[in-house]
This record gives sequence, structure tokens and C-alpha cells, in this order.
Amino acid sequence: MSMANPHLKFASQAVAKPYFVFALMLFLGQVLFGLIMGLQYVIGDFLFPVIPFNVARMVHTNLLIVWLLFGFMGAAYYLVPEEADRELHSPKLAIVLFWVFAAAGVLTILGYLLVPYAGLARLTHNELLPTMGREFLEQPTITKMGIVVVCLGFLYNIGMTLLKGRKTTVSMVMMTGLIGLAVFFLFSFYNPGNLARDKFYWWWVVHLWVEGVWELIMGSMLAFVLIKITGVDREVVEKWLYVIIAMALITGIIGTGHHFFWIGAPEVWLWVGSIFSAMEPLPFLAMVMFAFSMVKKRRRQHPNRAATLWAKGTTVTAFFGAGVWGFLHTLAPVNFYTHGTQLTAAHGHLAFYGAYAMIVMTLISYAMPRLRGLGEAGDERSQSLEIWGFWLMTLSMVAITLFLTAAGAVQVYLQRWQVEPLPFMGTVEHLQVLFWARLGAGLGFFAGLLCYLLSFRQRGRAALRAPAPVVPS
Amino acid sequence: MSTSAESAAAAPGHLPGDLAMWFFMLAELSVFALLILAFAVTQAIKPQMFSDSRLLLDTSTGLAMTLGLLTAGLFAALALEQVRHSRPRRGAALLLGALLAASVYVVLKLSEYRHLLASGLGLEHNTFFTLYWILTGFHFLHVLLGMVILGWLAERCRRGGFDADKRSGLESGVLYWHMVDLVWVVLFPLVYVLD
Repeated sequence: MSMANPHLKFASQAVAKPYFVFALMLFLGQVLFGLIMGLQYVIGDFLFPVIPFNVARMVHTNLLIVWLLFGFMGAAYYLVPEEADRELHSPKLAIVLFWVFAAAGVLTILGYLLVPYAGLARLTHNELLPTMGREFLEQPTITKMGIVVVCLGFLYNIGMTLLKGRKTTVSMVMMTGLIGLAVFFLFSFYNPGNLARDKFYWWWVVHLWVEGVWELIMGSMLAFVLIKITGVDREVVEKWLYVIIAMALITGIIGTGHHFFWIGAPEVWLWVGSIFSAMEPLPFLAMVMFAFSMVKKRRRQHPNRAATLWAKGTTVTAFFGAGVWGFLHTLAPVNFYTHGTQLTAAHGHLAFYGAYAMIVMTLISYAMPRLRGLGEAGDERSQSLEIWGFWLMTLSMVAITLFLTAAGAVQVYLQRWQVEPLPFMGTVEHLQVLFWARLGAGLGFFAGLLCYLLSFRQRGRAALRAPAPVVPS
Repeated sequence: MSTSAESAAAAPGHLPGDLAMWFFMLAELSVFALLILAFAVTQAIKPQMFSDSRLLLDTSTGLAMTLGLLTAGLFAALALEQVRHSRPRRGAALLLGALLAASVYVVLKLSEYRHLLASGLGLEHNTFFTLYWILTGFHFLHVLLGMVILGWLAERCRRGGFDADKRSGLESGVLYWHMVDLVWVVLFPLVYVLD
């Protein structure tokens, strides 16, 4: 740990760095597996039987979740000491937990890749407490327990820091989100035999994470970065944050109903799910207004242009990905035709990238130059590269989303709407052009990610531009 | 977004209360608007079911509930007026009066719910009752939240937490209660009366 880093308010914030670095390594892995699958959509037996499609998909989605968790934890280790105005309770515990989580993560992914899934279940004695086999929650039970242990240690560390220090709205919202993340994960240990009941518990992990408590984490990370880069009064930022989290929780929690449409739940959920989830774009719209108005009201011209761009970009992309693309198929009469089609994949891609991948990169963009001892921002060249990375990744993801949306629309028509519907594999044949285009956009995304990663190459002190005067808005 | 503390002087053209509360109410009203729209559209599709089912509701109870809520709204507005004239003690008493009037609504609503459930007119009875329960139930939860806010305002008022120069919190809370009132004033004719 670098005690001599003058750009950190507290030396213990440095524990965030390995979390961010490892998060980005996993992100690279996730994108590589995304490309493998993109190819498997058009060349069905690509890499078969070494990496079958279902395994590639499992690795792609699990890496996403794990790298975001690393990102959230790194963000918490960076922002909670600064907000609490004191050193982290135990930097040593944070480092130990990093290695435990990283080792467990790597072993699990290797397990997916090297052992057939049923064999992995036998090897890890899934029969003692069966929790495997559900989408996104495929981790062996022992890994799930490891995640719980890491989360408990992490929450203890962050919580003690918070209790002993200054309690701000930003850190309290972050803490609430992180506790919620840990609590809702516990539903993954309950695996009822009845499929309908199982789906309820499954959604209480998946939905209440991404459309509930993760939004609190996103809101607080965004608020933290905006306070830092704009110099706007904390009181104003906090008020926005309250409104955003109130709307996110109300619409998100009751909006869980949009997952109960076709799983054997009573008809009332068609109404509750449709109406409340139709409101889910609102908190995301509020975040867009929040970010743009704060940047407009800024009291200083922060030298880190890239971080400002990420902060604005994450809100806009999240609004479209999570808000608009979610709304597209959230009403029950529409969802009757669209559920589980490529439209879901389109929404999933833009929402996860816009809301969560980008907010983690926002914080990394703000914190990494300081963590690396470069100052408030990287040099001109590294910032330009980062901004190239931003646009390449974001526009490619928009392209992926549009191609998948088109594929979804064709699929809905061929497979579910027309009088003599085609079977699933019959429709897939008609979507080949779109899947090729999606693969091309995926390569664009990969190029953007490489640009982004290359932007970290700068060494030594940054040669900063003279800070421009504040632009009156 | 403006901050609350300094907005004490009610300048003409200046929104009372906190802008954040207005934004929050806008979000709330949008949800209710969607619910009401869903109700109206379904009624247009199934008019017979709606008019048959509506006969099973007691309009006079609905009217009594409406009066309870409106009285509470009146007391809350009078309380604010008292605080504006630097009489927070009277304000606190009036807020307690508002709480009492609101509990008339709660008692009547709960007895109506019990009666409907006993008659087998639950959430899944038919589409009218599905929407009836969602709409009024969601509104009922807002009344409960509004009462918590009124109680908190009364307590703070009693302790002298508000005065003529420092009343933005009180204005925001009372605004929220008026929104709850307003929604019911639309719901009552829509659900109980109009055919």
C-alpha cells in the first residue's frame, strides 16, 4: 500500500486499486466470451465441444456479475473512507478478502470451463445443499457461501468505518444498497422443488438486485463523483439522491410483478407488474437530469474530462437501456409475445452496460488517476484514448442493442405472432444477418475496450492542461 | 433543484415547500394516473361487469371516507396558517385534529375491506375488484404514510421545530397530504359512483 500517495485523502483508500484492476480483467474475459457466443450464434459448432454455448453463456454472465461486484466493492473502499472522513477500519481485511474472492472467482470459472457442469455439482457436493442449475446463480454452493463470507467481511469493514466516522447521505445510501445486495443474495440458497415457487425466489435475487438495491449503489456512486468533479453543494446533491432512491425503490420493488406474469402467479400481477414497472424509467430519467444539471451548475472545471463524460454517459445509457428498453416489453399484453426473446437480450445488454458497467467505469475513471499517483486526471493522451474507448464501447453497445431489437421483433413475428408459427430453430435461421451484424458490433465493442485499457498505460506524473475557467451556464 | 431552508418567505410565484417534494409528488401522481387510466379503459371494455360490481360497493361509506379525508386536509391547511402566523402550538393541535379525521377514513376503509372479503369479493373475484383493490389499496398505503408524516409534523410543531420563517418542511408534508386527498377525490367518483 502506498503510504506516500499525496493524491489520496486517506492512505487506506489504496485498497480499492486491486479491486478495480481485477474487475477490468474480468470485464475483458466477459467480452471475450461474449464474442465466442456471438460467433456460436452464426457458426453453431464453433469451439464445440471444448466450450459449448451454455458454458460460454454461463461464463459471460457470471463474469459480468463478479466484475461488477469487484467494482462496487472497490468503489465502496474508495468512497466510504473519504465520506466518513477517516481511514478504512481494516485495510488488511480488505486485501485478504480481495484474494479470497479473486481465488474463489477464478476457481469457479475454471470449474465451469474444465469440468462438465454435472461433474462440478458432484465435485462440490451440491447434493448436501442443492443450489446449482439456475440461470445467473449457477455457482457451486461452496462458492455461494464464499460470496456470503466475503460480503459479510466487506460489510463489517465498511460498516465499522462508517459507524466511527462522518455519516453522509451518499455513504448511507451506498451502505443500504450493499446490505440489500448481501441480504437478497441469501434467496439463492433456497431452491424449492416447485418450479413456480423457485421462480419467485430466483427473481428476488435477480430483480431486486438490478432493479432495486443496485440502483441505490449506482445513485450513491454517481452522487459521489458529481460532488467531486463539479464542486456543487452537497445539500443539493443529497436532495436529488433522496428523490431518486425513493422512486427507484417504489417502482423497482413493486415492479418485480412484471416477472410474475407467466410463472403461475395470480392474475392481479398482470396489472400490478405492468403499471408499476411502467414507472421504472422515472428514476433513471431523474438521474439524467441530476447529472446534467450538476455539471451545468459546476463551480470548477475539473481536469478529468473523461470522468465527467462517463458520469453523464452512464445516466443517458441507463435511461435508454434500463428505462426505455425495459418499458418496451414490460406491459403484460406486449410481454405475452416478447418474453424470453432477443428483445430481452437487447434490454439486458444496454441496461447492464449503461447502468452498471458504466457507473463502475465512472468511478474508476475518477479514482484511478489518484490511486495510481498521477494526480486528478491522466495526461491528455490517456484521456483522449479513454474517451475514444467510451464512444467506441457505447456506440457499439447501442448497435448491438438495435440489432438484437430487430432480431427480437422478427422472432416475435415468426415464432409467436403469425398464424402458423415457426419453431425456435426455424426462426433463428432467419435472423442470421442480424446476428452477423451483432457480431461486428461486438468486435467494435472489443476495440473500444482495448482503447480503454490502453488508456491506463501512462506512467509518472501527468502533464496537465492549465485548468480552464469555469464556464458560466 | 432549489434547497428548502432558505425558501421561507413565500414570495409570489414561488412554490411552497421543497422542490424535491413536488418532483416526488409528480412521480406519485403519474402512477395514480396510470392506474386510473387502466381502470377507465377496462371499464370501457367491460361496462356491464363494472356497473354490476359497482352496485356491491356502499356509496355512503365512500362519501363518509371522502369527508374524513377532506376534513383532515382542511385541518392541515389551517395548521400551516397558524404556523405562518407564529402560533406553532395551535398548529400542532390542528395537525392532531387532521390525524383524527384521517383515522375516520382508515377505520371506515378497513371495515369496508373486511366486509368485502367476508362476501368473497377479493382481489381475484373479477377484473373490477382486482382494480378496485389495487387502486384503493395503493391509495390506502399512501394515507397511512401521510398520517405518519402528519404525526411527525405535529410532534415537531409542538416542540417548536417550525415557525413563520422556518416552515418549508411543514409545507412539504402538508402538500403531500393534499396530494393524497386529491387522488381520493378523483378515485371516489371513479370507483364508487360514475357509471
